[in-house]
Amino acid sequence: MATVLRVVRRAPLNLFLLVVAAMWLVPTFGLFLTSLIPKGEIAREGWWNVVAKPSSMTFDNYRALFDNNDLTKALVTTAEIAVGNTLLLVFIAALAGYAFAWLEFPGRDGLFVVVIGLLVVPLQVALIPIFSLYNSTSLFDTVLGLILFHVAFGLPFGIFLLRNFFIGIPKDIMESARIDGASELTIFFKLILPLGLPAIASLAIFQFLWTWNDLIVALTYGRDTQPITVAIFSQLRQFGSNIELIAPASFVSLAIPLAVFLAFQRYFVQGLLAGSVK
Amino acid sequence: MAQVAFEEISKVYPDGTSAVRSLSFEVDDGEFMVLVGPSGCGKTTALRMVAGLEEISSGTLRIGERVINDTPSRDRDIAMVFQSYALYPHLSVYENIAFGLRLKKVPKDEIHRRVQEAARVLDLEAFLRRKPRALSGGQRQRVAMGRAIVRQPQAFLMDEPLSNLDAKLRVQMRAEIARLQQDLGVTTIYVTHDQIEAMTMGDRVAVMRKGELQQVASPQELYDHPVNLFVGGFIGSPAMNMLEGTLERSNGSVAARLGSQSISLDSGLLDARPDLAAFEGRPIVIGIRPEDLEDAAIVGEVPAGRLLQGTVELREALGSEIMVHLGVDAPVASTVEVAELAEDAGVPTPAGGTPDRATRIVGRFSPRSRVKPGDETQVAVDTQALHFFDPETGLGIYS
Ligand SMILES: Nc1ncnc2c1ncn2[C@@H]1O[C@H](COP(=O)(O)OP(=O)(O)O)[C@@H](O)[C@H]1O
Ligand SMILES: [Mg+2]
Repeated sequence: MATVLRVVRRAPLNLFLLVVAAMWLVPTFGLFLTSLIPKGEIAREGWWNVVAKPSSMTFDNYRALFDNNDLTKALVTTAEIAVGNTLLLVFIAALAGYAFAWLEFPGRDGLFVVVIGLLVVPLQVALIPIFSLYNSTSLFDTVLGLILFHVAFGLPFGIFLLRNFFIGIPKDIMESARIDGASELTIFFKLILPLGLPAIASLAIFQFLWTWNDLIVALTYGRDTQPITVAIFSQLRQFGSNIELIAPASFVSLAIPLAVFLAFQRYFVQGLLAGSVK
Repeated sequence: MAQVAFEEISKVYPDGTSAVRSLSFEVDDGEFMVLVGPSGCGKTTALRMVAGLEEISSGTLRIGERVINDTPSRDRDIAMVFQSYALYPHLSVYENIAFGLRLKKVPKDEIHRRVQEAARVLDLEAFLRRKPRALSGGQRQRVAMGRAIVRQPQAFLMDEPLSNLDAKLRVQMRAEIARLQQDLGVTTIYVTHDQIEAMTMGDRVAVMRKGELQQVASPQELYDHPVNLFVGGFIGSPAMNMLEGTLERSNGSVAARLGSQSISLDSGLLDARPDLAAFEGRPIVIGIRPEDLEDAAIVGEVPAGRLLQGTVELREALGSEIMVHLGVDAPVASTVEVAELAEDAGVPTPAGGTPDRATRIVGRFSPRSRVKPGDETQVAVDTQALHFFDPETGLGIYS
């Protein structure tokens, strides 16, 4: 009886979630099936027809994708940018978050207010000034340039998130370590990093997803340095109808961050809850 | 192991709070010193200054021969047990205990030997692989102890280490910590607000009040000769009864007048404590410990001058003794110390003291006493054991 009641009471919410899930999953599923349609037939058939005729499915398009040097190179570039900027961001944000949370230095609170202020600066306002800066240095059209840009714009949120998580770590633990003979660096590496893992993992996932899917920054600061988003984008413009390449490329580009998310989602949820639930 | 010496140590927090004022005392090599006082009197602050977690505003702190005012915590060679235990949640019990040794680069087999030895002494062998969250309160407490003892430090610092345990475990761990300290012989400063812990565990006890040291003495000395009203009222459970009276001399003998009643004092008292003579005809605070009161009906012959008349309000039988709460017609001592102690004990104002309401005193009677609530009864007072305090200064009068 009680369970029936619960099901009924939760029905509206569940229905809503189902609709949202369908809105995201149907196109994704469609993209996947499209990528399996043989090259010649794509223009003629909708992906839903393939379900009725599974025998026509083929992985040829994926083979073609991995034979296409431009696209594989773009995937590697994307990985370099996403992994590189995520690692750098996490490292800097963790150090800064620790300092803001637990070290006493003059101007600390004022500086933190500035960091929070930077949260609201949209990245678009910086595109042009940074463009001139990159042009006058040799950072334009390099992976490093893209990494630095992403790190810079990820830092305010990263520092904010990690500082707020670290400040919830009981002070006693650090004091105890200090008495046990630990230096600040030891405390950072042996206590803060492992205890902050949920928040650090959340930040890493956020940043990885965000930068993996970035188009505008890469489009602005890259010419030959093309991540997968830019590569797909340019394919669209060159040949209006080479769906047989775009579909598998898009799906791969989507599947990788999804796999990363699923692998780390346990920490992700913990990190989001952290701080709100003691 | 070493002596710890406080010389005129003071602490003023950045917000202006003066938490510790000119604290001076020494903890001898190997001694178990208990720092006791009501909540907020500065005990934790004092301990944290020894640990190096709080800057010393003024004064000199020595461990052994070294002045350590400016030495960072990690170089002070001390170990601390926190009220919260402060275990490292992501490390196993073994790694928690080994943490300090690893940082000191002690050889692996030596670490293993010491951790095993500590685990054996503390009965933690079965839990070495567990994480702290999978331990009971008592086990966590023992891990915190283990972490301190493997370090073999110059001194142990403990801040209310038992306050998170239930009453039974507290009594058990009290004995265990005292035994451990005795075996190891490490100089220890132990902070508590519980005077029973202080009395049972300490070689000596330092009583603090509002950032100031009141008295440092052995538990028995504190009990028998409290230097002032505050110490007299703080040490002992149930607390000392504090009544206000006047000393009167009539044809050679001295009597203390308490409201409508009077108890005569021993003839030798004024010879032993000549300072009392100055209080003739003036108010004085008279302290009577509960055990110095007894049901007159079971004492036998009691001279009339040693009896108090009272109404039984409450009888608490503890088996081996009975706590009897009595209303007596005598003014309660109304000093700031008494009010403060009452507040610390959770009673808003001392009971009684107004003309229409009797002062409540507590007597520790023999279980043979048959008194029951509502009875008018005679209480015998052991006048040899009375304490006298100057109501102006609060100081005890012993000479
Ligand atoms: N960090 C601090 N800043 C300002 N005042 C403090 C701080 N820590 C403690 N105090 C104050 O100092 C006094 C002594 O505190 P504490 O040493 O914790 O007392 P106890 O341990 O005896 O209960 C209290 O009045 C307390 O409010
Ligand atoms: Mg305290």
